[in-house]
Amino acid sequence: MSLLHFLRAMWGIVGRELWRFIQQKERFISALVRPLIWLFVFAAGFRNTLGMAIAPPYETYILYEVYITPGLIGMIQLFNGMQSSLTMVYDREMGSMRILLVSPLPRWFLLICKLIAGTAVSILQVYVFLGIAWFYDIQAPLQGYLLILPALILDGLMLGALGLLLSSFIRQLENFAGVMNFVIFPLFFMSTALYPLWKIQESSALLHNLASYNPFSQGVELIRFALYGQFNQQAFIYTLAAFIIFMIAAIIGYTPSKGMMTRKGGD
Amino acid sequence: MMKKWLLATGLLAIFALSNAQAETVFVTLEKDNAIAVVDPIAGKLLKTIHVGQRPRGIALSVDNKLLYIATSDDNTIRIIDTTTLKEVGQLPSDKDPETFSLSPDGKQLYVSNEDDNLVTVIDVAAKKSVKQIKVGVEPEGIAVSPDNQWVASASETTNMVHWINTKTLEIVDNTLVDPRPRAVAFTADSQQLWVTSEIAGSLTILDVKTKKILKTVKLEVQGVTAEKIQPVGIAIDKNRRFGYVAMGTANRVAVINAQTFAVEKYLLVGQRVWNLAFSPDQKRLYTTNGISNDISIIDVENQKVTKSIGVGRYPWGVVAKP
Repeated sequence: MSLLHFLRAMWGIVGRELWRFIQQKERFISALVRPLIWLFVFAAGFRNTLGMAIAPPYETYILYEVYITPGLIGMIQLFNGMQSSLTMVYDREMGSMRILLVSPLPRWFLLICKLIAGTAVSILQVYVFLGIAWFYDIQAPLQGYLLILPALILDGLMLGALGLLLSSFIRQLENFAGVMNFVIFPLFFMSTALYPLWKIQESSALLHNLASYNPFSQGVELIRFALYGQFNQQAFIYTLAAFIIFMIAAIIGYTPSKGMMTRKGGD
Repeated sequence: MMKKWLLATGLLAIFALSNAQAETVFVTLEKDNAIAVVDPIAGKLLKTIHVGQRPRGIALSVDNKLLYIATSDDNTIRIIDTTTLKEVGQLPSDKDPETFSLSPDGKQLYVSNEDDNLVTVIDVAAKKSVKQIKVGVEPEGIAVSPDNQWVASASETTNMVHWINTKTLEIVDNTLVDPRPRAVAFTADSQQLWVTSEIAGSLTILDVKTKKILKTVKLEVQGVTAEKIQPVGIAIDKNRRFGYVAMGTANRVAVINAQTFAVEKYLLVGQRVWNLAFSPDQKRLYTTNGISNDISIIDVENQKVTKSIGVGRYPWGVVAKP
């Protein structure tokens, strides 16, 4: 197998995913509506709650909308990660995954391609979201929009890997509601997406600990710092480690001899 | 030879550049009885210097060599050398000086004595009080017109602006404005006087020639209750493009189009923003935030708050020296 073979397969998977996304206008719009409602409706009510203390990377007082924006970027990527896990389950049910898995290429490579595809779609959404936010007067330094890209890639991969890992556990599409309640909501609400750590600490020490060890928080912080031209090393290492762990677990989960697939009797 | 020359010009260029950017911001700290010295380019507090009890009003001499600081509880105005930062003299301001204004030629200083309902006129060179003018109850905001024709003094309780002729040092006219006028500022062309009213939450623009109200601008911020909107400090740029009003406990600075008087934007700064000052090139605007104990820096060109720097307790007045 040549490198060309690998590349062709990767393009096949990533291209299909991007094509599918662009074709589905409803999906594109609905993916944007969610963070925009949070921004325009939810954040509007909390306009004046922050602005009490200045915490890095911010150098001055900010409106709540400005604070929540990196959290909503994280939300876009979180839902995308879960969405790609949903499509994995769907593909498995519909049988199109079998076509993918019979490919002579190693399974880990196919999974990574799937991951890159999901991440690419999420990054596309993030930039459109940031574009709309710009006109809502949420404007970061220009270089931040470039520096955020590597952070988006890593965060997208991490959340995508989590989605893959979950999809290896889920047998049927119907079980996906459980993912919503037991994964997406806790990850999102117990994080720094909506409130800074110091604010969470004021209310509960336990919640503070949960939020600071939440990989989603670390991903959001990585994005938040990158958007303001700063590198958050701790968040980077944490997000990278989480990605590697989730990815290895997902690969094991999808390996026929070892993973969940066998236990479930395969599909 | 060539190399040396290049090096020399290079060094010179660097020197010139660093020189061009050098700027010092002085902030009076009402509770710390001190002034803060800030490098606004580096965004750092350099040092704090003890000056006297309850320093509030602050101004630079025309040549930028001296600072005048009203130490209210010491009942005097202290003169401080801007390079050595040592006190070099005092001006007899009489009781409780809070705000004052220097004439454009730097020869006279006009002080509001809030408790005695007076404006004290000081001859700066002689360091002597020349005259005390009886004004309304609780005089606060005071400003000398750039053409040195008028002194405008606002009385908080009388709700009035008194027009004092600088030649005769007599009140010539009075204009009634919205409740509790706090600060007054002339436009650079001396054609207009801007007055903020703390209780009314408004800005009144007066025509200097007729002494009549041109326009009253009500300041309102979405999501902020009306009683929190307490406009105080005013800064108007040289070209009269924009005027800026510090809005007290609304924690915002209003950006007002100085031609149409429309409020274009509200910029979020620290808590209880009180007074404002431009950088010498008018590219930045500095705000003192009394409760959050910091100053905020506004990028005037982009109308954005770029940084807030902790300076000490109850920052009140601010000036920037090139």
